[in-house]
Amino acid sequence: MKRFYVVLGLAALAGGAWLTYQARRPPAAGPGGAAVPLPATDGFPGYIMGSDSAPVEVVEYADFECPACAQFAAVQMPTVREQLIATGRVRWRFRDFPLPNHSFARYAAHAAQCAGEQGRFWDMHDQLFANHSWAQTGRDPSRLFRDMARTVGLDLDRYDGCMESARYAGRIEASKQEGDARGVSGTPTFFINGRQLTTRSWGSDVFKGVVDSITRRGR
Amino acid sequence: MRYRQAIALLSLAGLFVALYLWLYKIGMIGSLTCGTGGCEVVQTSRYAVFLGLPVALHGVLGYGVLLGVSLAGLQPRWLGRRGPTLVLAALATLGMLFTAYLNYLAVFRIHAVCRWCVASAAIITAIWVISLTAVRRH
Repeated sequence: MKRFYVVLGLAALAGGAWLTYQARRPPAAGPGGAAVPLPATDGFPGYIMGSDSAPVEVVEYADFECPACAQFAAVQMPTVREQLIATGRVRWRFRDFPLPNHSFARYAAHAAQCAGEQGRFWDMHDQLFANHSWAQTGRDPSRLFRDMARTVGLDLDRYDGCMESARYAGRIEASKQEGDARGVSGTPTFFINGRQLTTRSWGSDVFKGVVDSITRRGR
Repeated sequence: MRYRQAIALLSLAGLFVALYLWLYKIGMIGSLTCGTGGCEVVQTSRYAVFLGLPVALHGVLGYGVLLGVSLAGLQPRWLGRRGPTLVLAALATLGMLFTAYLNYLAVFRIHAVCRWCVASAAIITAIWVISLTAVRRH
């Protein structure tokens, strides 16, 4: 019996050492805490989902590291997509608004932009919000984001090059400044046909009610 | 006694595999040593959460309980009793069913195979076989 406990103890030690090694392996280049870049002047309007002819446009200012944004994306957005965007009633525009207290918000926004470069912005958007545990750990998420990039089918060489170049950092800052200028102070913040949604309840039924109201008035 | 010792050792191995996957899921391990890329696909899929908890955490808890029961069953007051053997068999059967469901999802829904998940499936299968053998012989 004593020999069994020795074997069990040694196995536990070996397993613990292996896990510690895995956790301490050097991460990729640190993405957090980068200096704020100059805003881009390319006039990028944000990623858009929905019909150009939709009578209502919703602009969402969001931060990928924000739990409320993740909850909205996971719980409400599927219904909004199904009932309002897919039916041609709403055009949805996503704008980055990385909050200063979130270490990896800009990096996550950049990962989404790099996915957008390959036509997969919304897939990456969904991945970043659906697997949101990265935002609670404070750990470098670069490898996890790369895994997400693989999951959504990105060309990883192009993704890596894009992330290293940080070429969309200025675009993200421009979006942030645009939000500041419009009075955005937290995330998510929504503007419906240019008017800020003041309620802090962002259920899909709220959007549906506002869109119904606008549509009725437009008739 | 040998059966419970074997289950304890296998449960410990399974516990480390599950811990590894869970630590990755919560961002404490940057990337998985997988080789195929399938582990990341499985871990970042929408099926990687069950009843609000990461699937890997279910594994940690399950293997932890198996380890605890098998070690308790090795204590002198439980050694000659059949209770721990039956509890281990019941737990292992639950684990087997859950693992079968997860592997079905991986193959038919996610279309990716995670080597660590396969390793965990092999471990729980071995535990299940041993626990059933123990029930028959005890």
